[in-house]
Amino acid sequence: MFDLTEEQTMLKDMLVRFLAEAEGDAWSELAELGVIGALFPEAQGGFGGSGADLAVVFEEIGRACNPVPLIECALLPGLLLGAAGQDLSGVIAGTDKLALAHAEVAARYDLDWVETEVSDGRITGDKAVVTGAPTAARFLVTARHSGAPGDRNGIGLYLVDADAPGLSLNAYQTIDGAQAADLTLSDAPATLVLEEALPALERAYAAATLAQCADTLGAMEQAAHMTREYLTTRQQFGRAIGTFQSLAHRLADMMLAVEQARSAVLLAAASLNGPEQDIDIAACKNLLGRMGRLVAEDAIQLHGGIGMTDEYALGRLAKRIIMADHRFGDTDHHLERFIALSKGAA
Amino acid sequence: MDLTLSPEAEAFRAEVRAFLADALPSELADRVRRHQSLGKADHEFWHAKLNERGWLAPNWPKAFGGAEMSAIERHIFDEECALAHAPRVVPFGLSMLGPVLQKFGSKAQQDYWLPRILSGADWWCQGYSEPGAGSDLAALKTRAVRDGDHYIVNGQKTWTTLGQHANMIFCLVRTDPDAKKQEGISFLLIDMSTPGVEVRPIKLIDGGAEVNEVWFTDVRVPVENLVGEENKGWTYAKYLLTHERTNISGVGFSRAGLAAVKRIAANVRQRGEALIENPHFAARVAQVEIDLRAMAVTNLRIVSKAAAGQAPGIESSLLKIKGTQIRQEITDLARRAVGPMAMPFESEAVESNTPLPDPFDAGAVAGSFFNNRKLSIFGGSNEIQREIYSKSILRG
Repeated sequence: MFDLTEEQTMLKDMLVRFLAEAEGDAWSELAELGVIGALFPEAQGGFGGSGADLAVVFEEIGRACNPVPLIECALLPGLLLGAAGQDLSGVIAGTDKLALAHAEVAARYDLDWVETEVSDGRITGDKAVVTGAPTAARFLVTARHSGAPGDRNGIGLYLVDADAPGLSLNAYQTIDGAQAADLTLSDAPATLVLEEALPALERAYAAATLAQCADTLGAMEQAAHMTREYLTTRQQFGRAIGTFQSLAHRLADMMLAVEQARSAVLLAAASLNGPEQDIDIAACKNLLGRMGRLVAEDAIQLHGGIGMTDEYALGRLAKRIIMADHRFGDTDHHLERFIALSKGAA
Repeated sequence: MDLTLSPEAEAFRAEVRAFLADALPSELADRVRRHQSLGKADHEFWHAKLNERGWLAPNWPKAFGGAEMSAIERHIFDEECALAHAPRVVPFGLSMLGPVLQKFGSKAQQDYWLPRILSGADWWCQGYSEPGAGSDLAALKTRAVRDGDHYIVNGQKTWTTLGQHANMIFCLVRTDPDAKKQEGISFLLIDMSTPGVEVRPIKLIDGGAEVNEVWFTDVRVPVENLVGEENKGWTYAKYLLTHERTNISGVGFSRAGLAAVKRIAANVRQRGEALIENPHFAARVAQVEIDLRAMAVTNLRIVSKAAAGQAPGIESSLLKIKGTQIRQEITDLARRAVGPMAMPFESEAVESNTPLPDPFDAGAVAGSFFNNRKLSIFGGSNEIQREIYSKSILRG
């Protein structure tokens, strides 16, 4: 019951082979290989779109620690455009470079907290940490046409061209190596995509959160693997340091954490688009936040100083794992969601 | 039992506070508070201020120009400096080499080098760790061979903190490769401008370059730069490490860090309310604060024993483990508190010391989280400390 389909196995093998050689942001190559198509169902022009498909793709991208903004610039925009009945062929081909500008400083991780406003087709407000923004040609921007921050109704979704008047970017690199920007919109002209966007945003974020968890799982597994290699090769006091019981037990705890994470991702992947989706994904993100921290911190600790160097791949993996806790809701956010959803189920 | 400090100690605390209020520019304190890295000139400025007041070397005897503070005074001094966000005193000359020269150096070495540490004429760094000698320091391979009035040094040191600013390095070198590994080591002072010394920065995951590799290729070191006796360096190295562990608990840093977390959580909004009003986050902060309050007393218990003439030996391991756990937990709270705003990589802002653009110091928080992973690694990793501590407990 836990086996991949033949297609998923082929997709995974292809990704493993390609990513092993890839350097830097592999956007164009991944699009050419058809990987973006695996994120969407056939009805929308893709050939996948299930939870298991997402898990396969993002686990490998996380393992390879590739900075490609596939979640923010392909998965999320594609799902949102799809929800509006729009054509996804440009997204799937990788030629329609979009980025989702939804989050705001005051929103923290809450999807319904939108302060940016729209009136007469013009948007005014600030959007924070828009991943993929520096290379996007168009932005999907959320803005409130009615109601107050925290209201479920009144959030619309709009398209804004990157060169639209009234739009400015403050671009930077994120700690985990992505390109991002804060956006300032001042009467920027916008085209309506969805009048009431929150339900579609919630569905898209569920998929994005699962994808982020799978990415973290891949990075955790790779960090644990590198730590195992290090403990068997690094010599101190005339022996491999893995022969010291205190370190060996730490490695055992890391591997336990990875196994727990894998099970949580499998469960969440199976639940995507089903009745248990929200609670399983909240559980998954919370568990990955906790287990990810354990693996990232112990991987650095067991490596010692070398684990803190920029040159060595482990440090980048650790940053990716820890900073995943700052994307799509952190450990505490999803714990609170889990508690609320558990009450609802009772 | 009375846990309050004596009136003399409280008077000393007031004196330290008054000094800090007067001598520490708010602009400099602000940069320390925001985790921004400091330049050489910043450190030199602060050393000079402390030296003017006679507090640059709190633990040195008065005879060598130190303040000869009691352990309690030292504790108060460290805590107040941390709370005021004073720059850390660069420890290599003051806390490490100084005590070694005072105990094992020749009169000539003491007369020449100690005043230069106080005046800032020399910036020292530490040549201990090597690629193959980390936790197992005595496995070091850097070789020094006697050639007339000189030693010829070849090898590589690593993790040399702030070595890019240093003009002098004290090194553990192997002078007898045939002896048992602890018995063939000597303690050498090396001028870094000597031909054959090369410093290469190591970039860390937070983007900073505070540590370096130092390479030695046929470096000629005059024999008068040998400290103590040849092949007795391990004894001096161990003595130095006990001084390295002064202020190891970092109570002041934790208090300052926790105050920063509370300040951030009071400013960050969640659904329009301050984050600190979120019971879940408040519980996380309270948990760490409870641990810190107890640890501060543990620290005081150990420090006051030392004041009565009992050296804090094995207990320094306990303080290092617990102190670093708490400090790392605080950096974790800070990154949680800023939430998504922890993402931007602020290295350039840090390097150029420009003010961060955000309203709640979000910028350098994640960098600080990653940088402070070092606390449980350096100065004898926490695993090594547990080894030392558990051995001593089991010996009874």
